[in-house]
Amino acid sequence: MLSAQQLEAYITQNLACDYIKVLGDDGTHFEAVVVSPEFVGKNMVKQHQLVYAALGERMKAEIHALSMKTFTPEAWLKLKGND
Amino acid sequence: MDTQELIKSQVTGNPVVLYMKGSPKFPQCGFSNLATQILNACNVEYVAIDVLADQNIREGIKGYANWPTIPQLYINGEFVGGSDIMRAMYESGELQTLLNATK
Repeated sequence: MLSAQQLEAYITQNLACDYIKVLGDDGTHFEAVVVSPEFVGKNMVKQHQLVYAALGERMKAEIHALSMKTFTPEAWLKLKGND
Repeated sequence: MDTQELIKSQVTGNPVVLYMKGSPKFPQCGFSNLATQILNACNVEYVAIDVLADQNIREGIKGYANWPTIPQLYINGEFVGGSDIMRAMYESGELQTLLNATK
């Protein structure tokens, strides 16, 4: 069964991340927070597409549902600062 | 008409199009359900296309906007996003602004 940790590893293999957290323990439904410098200057659609691209074929086969929030390092710091 | 042309005609022929699993009355997936609720909350008329009813569209829509998941929202022919992005844009008010421009 696919674990959240494996999914984190799949993403970070192909996308440089400053921070990543994937949750989900049923093997098919996951929630991810991904912070990457690659997201700078890109809209949300393009940011999510980068994560999907990092997962490649796995997105079609193994993963039924991946809900995600993507942040640039700057936006992430700002968000953390507000906590 | 091939599938990509059919999708193009659907998204350009209607101001707001949602590709989803099931129908707005009977969504077959939590994310599709969320998408319909957001559009209902925005008080907008939209065309819903059930991808479970057409295998060609179900596969073809993933390639159309290079987006591997469903639901998918299109406004004025432009791909807007999936349910995560719809929720974020709804919360920021951006989605309502985009939808108002279609009325």
